[in-house]
Amino acid sequence: MSNKLYVPGTHPDLPPPSNTVGVINWLKSNLFSSPTNTFVTLVCLLFLTQLLPPMFNWLFIDAAYSGNSRQECVAQGSGACWAFISERLNLFVYGFYPIEERWRVNLAFCLLLVTLAAVLWDRIPARKYFLAYACIFPFIATWLLIGGLGLTEVPTSDFGGLMLTLVIGVTGISFSLPLGVLLALGRQSELPIIRVFCISFIEFMRGVPLITLLFVASNMLSYFLPPGTNFDLLLRVLIMVTLFASAYMAEVIRGGLQAIPKGQIEAADSLGLKYWSTMRLIILPQALKISIPGIVNTFIGLYKDTTLVIIIGLMDPLGIGRASLADPAWLGLSIEVYIFVAIFFFLCCFSMSRYSLYLEDKLVTEHKH
Amino acid sequence: MSFTSTSPNVLLRAWNNKETRSVIIQILAIALIMACFAYIIRNAVINLETIGKDINFDFLWQPASYDINQYLIEYNSRSSHFTAFIVGLINTLLIAVAGIVLATIAGFLLGVMRLSDNWLTQKIAYVYIEFVRNVPVLLWILLVHGLIIHSLPRPKDSYQLANTFFLNNRGLHSPTPDFQPWFWGVVGLLTASIVFAWWFKRYANRVQQQTGNIYPVFWINCAVIVIIPSLAYWLLGSPIEWKIPSLQGFNFKGGMVVRPEFIALWLALSMYTAAFIGEIVRAGIMAVNHGQTEAAYALGLNSTRTLKLVVIPQALRVIVPPLTSQYLNLTKNSSLAIAIGYMDIVATIGGISLNQTGREMECMLIVLLTYLTFSLLISSVMNWYNNHIKLVDR
Amino acid sequence: MTITKATKLEQDRQPCIIIKNMHKWYGDFHVLKNINLDVSKGEKIVICGPSGSGKSTMIRCINRLEEHQEGQIIVDHVELTNDLKNIESVRREVGMVFQHFNLFPHLTVLENCTLAPIWVRRIPKAEAEATAMQFLQRVKIPEQANKYPGQLSGGQQQRVAIARSLCMRPNIMLFDEPTSALDPEMIKEVLDTMVELANEGITMLCVTHEMGFAKQVADRVIFMDGGEIIESNTPQEFFDNPQHERTKLFLSQILDH
Repeated sequence: MSNKLYVPGTHPDLPPPSNTVGVINWLKSNLFSSPTNTFVTLVCLLFLTQLLPPMFNWLFIDAAYSGNSRQECVAQGSGACWAFISERLNLFVYGFYPIEERWRVNLAFCLLLVTLAAVLWDRIPARKYFLAYACIFPFIATWLLIGGLGLTEVPTSDFGGLMLTLVIGVTGISFSLPLGVLLALGRQSELPIIRVFCISFIEFMRGVPLITLLFVASNMLSYFLPPGTNFDLLLRVLIMVTLFASAYMAEVIRGGLQAIPKGQIEAADSLGLKYWSTMRLIILPQALKISIPGIVNTFIGLYKDTTLVIIIGLMDPLGIGRASLADPAWLGLSIEVYIFVAIFFFLCCFSMSRYSLYLEDKLVTEHKH
Repeated sequence: MSFTSTSPNVLLRAWNNKETRSVIIQILAIALIMACFAYIIRNAVINLETIGKDINFDFLWQPASYDINQYLIEYNSRSSHFTAFIVGLINTLLIAVAGIVLATIAGFLLGVMRLSDNWLTQKIAYVYIEFVRNVPVLLWILLVHGLIIHSLPRPKDSYQLANTFFLNNRGLHSPTPDFQPWFWGVVGLLTASIVFAWWFKRYANRVQQQTGNIYPVFWINCAVIVIIPSLAYWLLGSPIEWKIPSLQGFNFKGGMVVRPEFIALWLALSMYTAAFIGEIVRAGIMAVNHGQTEAAYALGLNSTRTLKLVVIPQALRVIVPPLTSQYLNLTKNSSLAIAIGYMDIVATIGGISLNQTGREMECMLIVLLTYLTFSLLISSVMNWYNNHIKLVDR
Repeated sequence: MTITKATKLEQDRQPCIIIKNMHKWYGDFHVLKNINLDVSKGEKIVICGPSGSGKSTMIRCINRLEEHQEGQIIVDHVELTNDLKNIESVRREVGMVFQHFNLFPHLTVLENCTLAPIWVRRIPKAEAEATAMQFLQRVKIPEQANKYPGQLSGGQQQRVAIARSLCMRPNIMLFDEPTSALDPEMIKEVLDTMVELANEGITMLCVTHEMGFAKQVADRVIFMDGGEIIESNTPQEFFDNPQHERTKLFLSQILDH
């Protein structure tokens, strides 16, 4: 390199020496920097070359994308039979919803997207009106999906597929957050009765698997209601899922509340704010911001848990898949069904976790001073 | 009393006083809760009377009349429902312990890979973790089970290893050991080696304190524990007779079989939980301030010593609480066994027993209480551990 | 390799730190430019300059917490390269005190000080503890020996950090802005400790903004800006008669607030 003498203070910025930058150097330092590292790299490459090409072949290259029965798939290639999925796509998306009423599902979905935009994107113009609309969206959606008051009634036992997953997931998520906040506040309450009640509820819900609660909901809930009432199965499941998720949400928010310095409450008290105003204006906004990663994680967990409803007989995409496999033309294709549903869930949940990372980054930069 | 309120209305004054207000609210809360419970219980009693059921647990001692396909204690269809419950309980514990062990090993491996300097290892671990975490565990269980059932051959065409292990769609058939007398000698030597290893570590610590010399305790202990019992085993003429499974007719007889349901559930639960544990391990190690590593290096400690003495003790404090949470999740997720026919608690007492006897309340109560006991046990252990290792602050 | 008396005398006459034509890049960013520095045994050097000038980076290169891409760094006759043995032998002889103390929170003060002597120099525990108590006495906090770092104030923690480095009996001590993270009333206690240390003859390189300390203790003051050494002089000359424009600007900013 240069040993040229410069007057102090005038040394120019020089480029780094060529053997420390560039692709070769990156390869050397990241993959081949030492004997163990080189060995590990070779093992990984071996593993990938054994695993990926056959998988790729089966999934995409040798796969059959259209056809009417398994025989036709097999005739086209030895890969996956996606024809099954494309044949039954409507079932997978709408379940058994009557074909002529499917426009209502589509409309409800579009309205859902608008609500999501209003809630998640903070630079939307006229946000106040959109948020007000978001509050009445649940009622509009319920009316659209179930019917009554001018629309043909569709029994909830006809709900199925991706639509059912979205109904359970969105309802669970929207109601478990406020409920979780109330539980978290109750858990910290100075009133012993409320505190004991909240703690017992939270510990109970977190101590048992969701599947047992769903069994309770499907078998036993009718015992606890006045004789003769018949609660819709889907409604029972929605209530159970919401209560379950709200317990986990309460723990996450409790962590957020604990991270708020006591000085905040003291400052609010000295300003004359009462309990609910303090919570609403000062404590909760901060606690919720801190808890965002945990909250989104709970949402993702809730969304994944919607698959459990297949065990009590509700027809989510997994249920539709397995039911359709009974069709003699399509015997033996369960792997394709599972992979299809897995990819659907992966796309949804991965997007949610990326959104949470984006939110976290945004809030961190807001705090930088 | 207070001087705060000058309102003439007694009720209003009571409401405004902080102490009396809290008492009033609590009385209202208790009243509300009791009213709800009373309502629910009253309904339950009426409904049960109408159907002619009552709450009693006598059914537990009656014959179960069903078979369980995997059991570790004596069980047949004449055993009582209570025995069925115990079998289910043992099956749940078995899958929980096996799952926790495999998930921990795989999870720590994933975490270390995620932090590795090697770009390829890092990316492979990242893709695995992200993909596995974002797919529901039920789907993994069904997928792994489906793959095992579909890709494994019939008993006639089993995959075999050295004509002793046979893998087919009925399970993994392996030999059972029949321990000859000298084997207990080997076991004795193994115990002696372990005791020696424990003693040697204490001895080496003492030597280090007194003279400063450091012995390679880890390698010496490994060598002793592995080599001496193996040597004894070989010298004593391999004192174990193996009962090797053999194909008779359409199935294998002899030896033991690990059922595909167990294998599928074990693999699926472990690989799912390992993804979460990997992230927890990574977060734990990254939570240790880089300045700690720098200070240790500046003092002359090499990277192994730095990890052992400075980084890992601090990382464990961050890792252990969420780790026990994941163990609890794995135990609860094992309840999904019912989807593939593995007979755990939910499938035996909460499934078949419940359907046969119609005793929904009692059976569900047993299942819920069992899981609650697991949770509370694991939580208390974790709380004790947390308090035990808390960093001392002013 | 035995060192003859003649070689040893020769070595003693050489500087204990030699930095020759050293350049460092972070990716494409040229952070240290043509650094040339010789430090004799027992010399005390204060390095000052605006933030981002590379002062901390430079002293961190001396104990290989940072790697340089070009040039040579020779510490105590050992050249710093990728050879792990060399790096470890240099780190044994060079002690460092950090801005944020970096005490090990899970160990007591005494254990913090005895960790490295026991595991690196293989000194018996009793002897290591005696040395540790001796140095804790020197920094005037022997009564805190069994407390944990979380129980101490900032000034006490930094003094423990100094004692911890001294327990390895280094030939060279590096200080990276040791008082910048301290409350004002605690700065004096740490600076007093450092002055005492200086008067005992140890080689010191100190990155700091405390100009009073520089005037009192330094044999040389070095000014760095933009990754280069701009000016290097005795304290009198440096403060009374700065040569370079940038030095004058920096001094006017730092001395007149």
